[in-house]
Amino acid sequence: MAVKTLESPLKAAKYKSDLTSDWCPGCGDFGIVNGIQQALAELALPPWETYLFSGVGCSGKTPHYIQVYGSHTLHGRVLPYSLGAKMANPHLTVLAVGGDGDGYGIGSGHFVHAGRRNVDMTYIVFNNEVYGLTKGQASPTLEKGMQPKSLALPHISQAINPLALALACGYTFIARSYAYDPKHLKATIQAAVNHRGMALIDVLQPCPTYNDIHTKEFYAEKLEKEGNEIPRVYYIEETGYDGVVKNSNDVQEVNEKRMNAFNAMYKLEDQVALGTFYKIELDTYDELLGKNLPQLKDAAPIDLKYHDDQMNPTTDLSSALAEIQV
Amino acid sequence: MSGTTDISWMIGGPQGTGVDSSATLFARAMTVAGYWVYGKREYHSNIKGKHSYFQVRVKDVPVHSNTDPVHILSTFEHSTAEIHADEVVPDGAFIYDPRVTDPADLPLPSGVTKFPIEFGKIIEEIAEETGSNPVKLGIMKNTVAVAASAALLGVEIDSIEEALKGIFTGKKAKLVDLNMKAAEKAYAAIKPQAGFGDFVYKLEKPSNPPKSKSRLLVNGATATGLGKVKAGCRYQTYYSITPAVDECIYLEQHPEFGIVVFQCEDELSAINMAIGAATTGIRSSTSTSGPGFCLMSEGIGWAGINEVPMVVFNYQRGGPSTGLPTRNEQGELLFAIHAGHGDYPKIVMAPGDMHECFEDAFNAFNFAERYQTPVIVLPDKALANNTQSIEPFEEASLKVDRGQIEGVDPNYKEGDLEAGIQQFPRFKITDSGISPRVLPGTPGKIFWTTGDEHTEFGHITEKPEIRIPMHEKRMKKLDLAAKEIPQDLQYKLFGSEQADLTMVAWGSTKGAILDAMDVLKKEHNITINFLQIRMMSPFPSEGVGAILKKAKKVACIESNLSGQLAQLVRMRTSFEIPHQILKYTGRPISETEIVASALDVVKKDEKKVVLTYGR
Repeated sequence: MAVKTLESPLKAAKYKSDLTSDWCPGCGDFGIVNGIQQALAELALPPWETYLFSGVGCSGKTPHYIQVYGSHTLHGRVLPYSLGAKMANPHLTVLAVGGDGDGYGIGSGHFVHAGRRNVDMTYIVFNNEVYGLTKGQASPTLEKGMQPKSLALPHISQAINPLALALACGYTFIARSYAYDPKHLKATIQAAVNHRGMALIDVLQPCPTYNDIHTKEFYAEKLEKEGNEIPRVYYIEETGYDGVVKNSNDVQEVNEKRMNAFNAMYKLEDQVALGTFYKIELDTYDELLGKNLPQLKDAAPIDLKYHDDQMNPTTDLSSALAEIQV
Repeated sequence: MSGTTDISWMIGGPQGTGVDSSATLFARAMTVAGYWVYGKREYHSNIKGKHSYFQVRVKDVPVHSNTDPVHILSTFEHSTAEIHADEVVPDGAFIYDPRVTDPADLPLPSGVTKFPIEFGKIIEEIAEETGSNPVKLGIMKNTVAVAASAALLGVEIDSIEEALKGIFTGKKAKLVDLNMKAAEKAYAAIKPQAGFGDFVYKLEKPSNPPKSKSRLLVNGATATGLGKVKAGCRYQTYYSITPAVDECIYLEQHPEFGIVVFQCEDELSAINMAIGAATTGIRSSTSTSGPGFCLMSEGIGWAGINEVPMVVFNYQRGGPSTGLPTRNEQGELLFAIHAGHGDYPKIVMAPGDMHECFEDAFNAFNFAERYQTPVIVLPDKALANNTQSIEPFEEASLKVDRGQIEGVDPNYKEGDLEAGIQQFPRFKITDSGISPRVLPGTPGKIFWTTGDEHTEFGHITEKPEIRIPMHEKRMKKLDLAAKEIPQDLQYKLFGSEQADLTMVAWGSTKGAILDAMDVLKKEHNITINFLQIRMMSPFPSEGVGAILKKAKKVACIESNLSGQLAQLVRMRTSFEIPHQILKYTGRPISETEIVASALDVVKKDEKKVVLTYGR
């Protein structure tokens, strides 16, 4: 379903609400909010047709700072809310945001199944490896053996790999970005929104209060490789990597790209790769729905009328009643 | 011709052998013949093998419940014979397959007439005549059992043919002829048998048969589905659960209505997807049963604080936990009215029959939008699965009510955005408690929602001076609903104002009470009136309290252990109902049981009667 854009685009400042955020100074969330506002402005999306959902946690407050339809839902349930809204009204541009605990922990069941449906929406996960709002407990992305200062003991559970999980679940756009790389973040959000299908952006987001390991400084560090100085963070596409499937009907290409993506997602290195690991164009949920339900071939569920101007219901039950008339 | 006008027929068998289909055929044939039917479906939480049965009551006037005694027990395998033989009345009939059952081994009352039918032989003959595989035709034993029963009742075979034509339509139409062969052979086998002419429960011809196609043969799940369709529901989520799934499957089987029926990964998703959809302005609902409803309660609270109109159908079954997953209970009343933490308004209603399933499903969406709050509807398993012949649904008087929705601001000009986007006070404090809505997509306007307490624009606040009016505003909507919703949707009093006993009840027990009222009057000269409570929240305290205070003697009848409606009545009216009639076996309450327990209360002044009948 095509999304409308504004004839005269608004400046990014117009996508800022009048609320001041209450995040800790230095929080990576600021960078992400900025990235979303910039991307929405460049995409020229009408604020009243753009619907931003969030879960619960520090990141859950994000919609309140952005001047579009905003819904701060329940812990772990951001995807069901977003999916429901987009399926009901595909004219809306739907984005979801949430923390790693929200999406990969309490909401992990929804994360898995959202991948199966290819609803046309974007999910941005703020990944800081801790539950910030409850004072720094381990999130599902905190690696085994790590002990940020908020933990009493070293962490002894394994971390999940959100990109690989997304690949296994069927997400059709899978990317990683970084909260303090505004250009990359903005461009990745734009690409995800423009992608027809279910997009995931896992955003590395330093938590200055509870995660003293993966800090802003950590990501800014220079490393040494064979006598050369290299950055901690690099762009995977600059290494010649191409995760975009050109022909989704080409089984061999799809397989190859999928395995390449899986290798890239699990690559053991001190560096951190940003970029689009996998992307494929497949039928979206509403396109498939139109094949099953004749009324939805050229219309969205929200468009279907069910009463006249006098508020009389217009649905004719006679065909269904005929089955049970005796 | 002498005979009867009220019989009870039973068929049973291992699950997966066509018990439901044969009961449908029987009920349909009897309806075609001009009678009224009520059918009770009982089954295990099992796919194949365990015992299930269907009991159909046939009368020449509208019937709303079952009775306990069985006049004809129709079997084609041994387990049904074993389990139900002692339920047959002494002058009743027993149809059986002599190859698998020896009536001498059964606890049949001595006067029962036994009708052996060679089911296997009939199937083999048809296979030979038509060149078919006899194994594949095995399912037609059901048709034989039904037709043999119809023959015994004196119902013409034309009714069987007409019913088969109604069931086998389209590509399956060729099955009519095949099944008619089975029916003819069953009629031929029954008629010459000893005892056929003396069978006392032959049905009298209906005195005033309704016109063909003038009635519906329907269960509560279908009636609800149709009500939702009529209301304009466009989005229904579910996670598979008995018995709620029947309604969802019904909607899925009718893609022509354009309802997105979405099977979720769990009930957390089901409720929250339905709410997410509802925030766009679409009419949205979910259907579930006890365990699923438990998982949904957090989401319902979010819809409450954000004033999202949405509808939840909770088909009650035996609890707690997995409980009796395929059996009837009314054990979720107090849970439903208190579902979710904190105080927020919810409308909770309980339909009592097929018409009310349809009506409540339609009205639920209107109430949800008018009062901008979740509506919970509480049918029970008996309503969902039992089948009844009824007059058509009343559609002509229905009106859609979408509540207060604001459209585009007349001053809005496209392109004039630099002036700013209007932040809409979605949660404006008003005297009525209702704040006008705008829907996403309305040019120029936006607002926020949050599960936190919030300002008029939907931003988080913890300020007492906002918390107090906002919290009160939401709750006020219930007072408004109580005032505006018509009284007969809140409660109904059946029978005369003065009565020997006032029965208070809700949900599917309605039918048994209505039927029992007649019997108690005619056979025992006891006058009953019946107070049916339909609206559980807001509770019609004044009206119900006034009726109860005037009553001579009051009993509350419920399918649960703790008398939940009686507790609610006491909480809302301070009236302590002195007599309780309770059943918690998971089987629905019958007319027979209501008659007996009413006598216990009226004549012996029993304070508590616990009902136990049914396999």
